[in-house]
Order: sequence, then structure tokens, then C-alpha cells
Amino acid sequence: MTSKSGNFLHGLKNGIPICLGYLAVSFAFGIQAVQSGLTVFQATLLSLTNVTSAGQFAGLGIISAGGSLIEMAGVQFVINLRYMLMSAALSQKLRPSEKTLHRLAIAFGVTDEIFAVSVSRPETLSPYFSYGCIFISVLGWAGGTFLGAFSGEILPQRLISALGVALYGMFIAIIIPPARENRKVLSVVLSAMIMACIFRYAPILKEVSSGFRIIIVTIVVAGAAAVIFPIEEAAENANV
Amino acid sequence: MRMYNVYIYILVMAVVTYIIRALPLTLIRKEIKDKRIRAFLYYVPFATLSAMTFPAILTATANIYSAVAGFAVALILAFYRRGLLTVAIGACAAVFIVELLPL
Repeated sequence: MTSKSGNFLHGLKNGIPICLGYLAVSFAFGIQAVQSGLTVFQATLLSLTNVTSAGQFAGLGIISAGGSLIEMAGVQFVINLRYMLMSAALSQKLRPSEKTLHRLAIAFGVTDEIFAVSVSRPETLSPYFSYGCIFISVLGWAGGTFLGAFSGEILPQRLISALGVALYGMFIAIIIPPARENRKVLSVVLSAMIMACIFRYAPILKEVSSGFRIIIVTIVVAGAAAVIFPIEEAAENANV
Repeated sequence: MRMYNVYIYILVMAVVTYIIRALPLTLIRKEIKDKRIRAFLYYVPFATLSAMTFPAILTATANIYSAVAGFAVALILAFYRRGLLTVAIGACAAVFIVELLPL
């Protein structure tokens, strides 16, 4: 399948599991967005324009706390910094002559999951494959947010409380398997959690807002790890 | 009290996030060679997601018992390499069940 439509359909098919996963998690996000004071439209718009779980999640906290725009930009930058690595890796999968317009369009859909699917393809990445994958994934992400935001208020409190851990569950599913196999990753995970606890509960430090807490912990822990544990290229896999 | 319109926040989020995604894809056409930068970027998601998850997960539900149950179930399922969806739903189910218990 080398035609444009063939590649697009192939991308759609590969995006179905991502779509289903996004539906559940973004449903929980939609509920939380409404609880943070956003309207159904704002919540859906946020998901449609950002397509990032951790970033949106942290963004909600900043919006409801009335944080500054600098804090918001800083948090988004640091939390989503990983997309730079993925974007850089994806640039290696494209034909060097690929048009800038295609590159700009593919960039919109650089997420952990879409990246993992795209970069694991053996051949050169077709932009149309990406479009298929991005289309159905974003549909799931924005659609799930809409449904969650829309139905969140009629759901029983018990169910909302339970869905509150959905995003954390997804984060845990991303960080634990690599931590299990790689001691360097494990020490990064543990150090970050311990440092986040210190910032949450220690006197003076607990005054730091949640957004800056994440920025500081990330830069200190990932920076220290980069110095202490320089990694071999083979250690980097697609499942980040 | 909110300082800015929600749409301004959404705009800032979308623009910053898109720039991060678009710059490397459009500008970098050669491989990043600097091992420190590569290592730093490799560790970033783990540090960020860890710091976001713990201890925040402990206050994400109606009480600490259900939160600990959800956290524990998520850790176990993730340890056995279950997918994102399974881990997320498993954690939610654990919270739901514990909150049904008369504690």
C-alpha cells in the first residue's frame, strides 16, 4: 500500500487502539475540566488544540488556581519537552525531501502513543499514514473529552471519584514498564516522586505552586540523570 | 479568582505545545549527536510523569484508602505490562470498589 488513500487507511487502522485508549482517559479529563470550572466547549477545544494528557492535566490545575501565563507556558514547555525528542526522531523517519507543510501537519499529532506507532514502522513514514493515525486518535481524544465534560455532571459522585485516577493510571502504565527493566529509569522515577513529596509537604517549599514544582523536579532530576547516567543509544526505545 | 480568560490559557497551551512539536520536525534534518541532550530528553517524561503522579494521586479520590488502592492496582498492572487502558480502568475499578466498602 503506497497510495495516499492506502496509507491513510492503514494509519486509521493502526490508530484504533489509540483512539479507544484516549476515549477512556479523555473522558476522565473532561469530567475534571468541568470540575475545574471550564465549560463543555472549552474543555473540548482544549483537547482538540493540545492533544496532550499530562500537559492538559497540569494546565487545568494552573487555570483553576489562576496561575500566571508565564507559569502556564513554562509548565507546558517542560512537560511537553519530550515531544521535542519524538519530533526529532520522527524527522529521521521522513524522506529528507518531505515538504515543510507535511512536516508542520505531522507535528500536530506528536503524542506518546502516535509517536510509538509511527516510529516503529519499518519503512519511511508516509505523511498520509500519520494523518490517518492522527485523525482517529484526535477524534477519540476530543470526543472523549466532550462526552466526559457533557455527562460528568449527571454521573454519580462515586464514579467521578473513581475516574479521578484514570490519568494517573495511564501515567503509571507509561513509566513503570521501562523502570522495571532499566535501573536508571527506576532511579529517575523514584527520585522524582520523593522530590515531589518534599516539595508538597516540606515547610516553605510547599508554597511553590504545583506547576513550578513539576518544572523544578523535572529539570533537576532529568538533568542530574543525564549527567550521572549518560545513556547508550540502544537504550532509547520508542516506548517513551 | 481567575486572572485571565480561559481562552487565553488554552491559546498559550496550544501555541507552546505546537511549537515544541513543530520545531524539530521542520528544522532538524540531521540526527542529534549530543549525548547529554539526548539523555536529558530521554529522562524528561519519566521525571515529569512521576512528579505529577505521586503524591498527587493520594488526594485524587474521595479518601486516602481508595487512592492507595487505585495506586497499588495501577502499579501491579503496569508492572505486568498491561496496556494504558487496562491500567487506567483497573485503577478506577479499585477506587470504586474500595469506596463501596464501609470503612
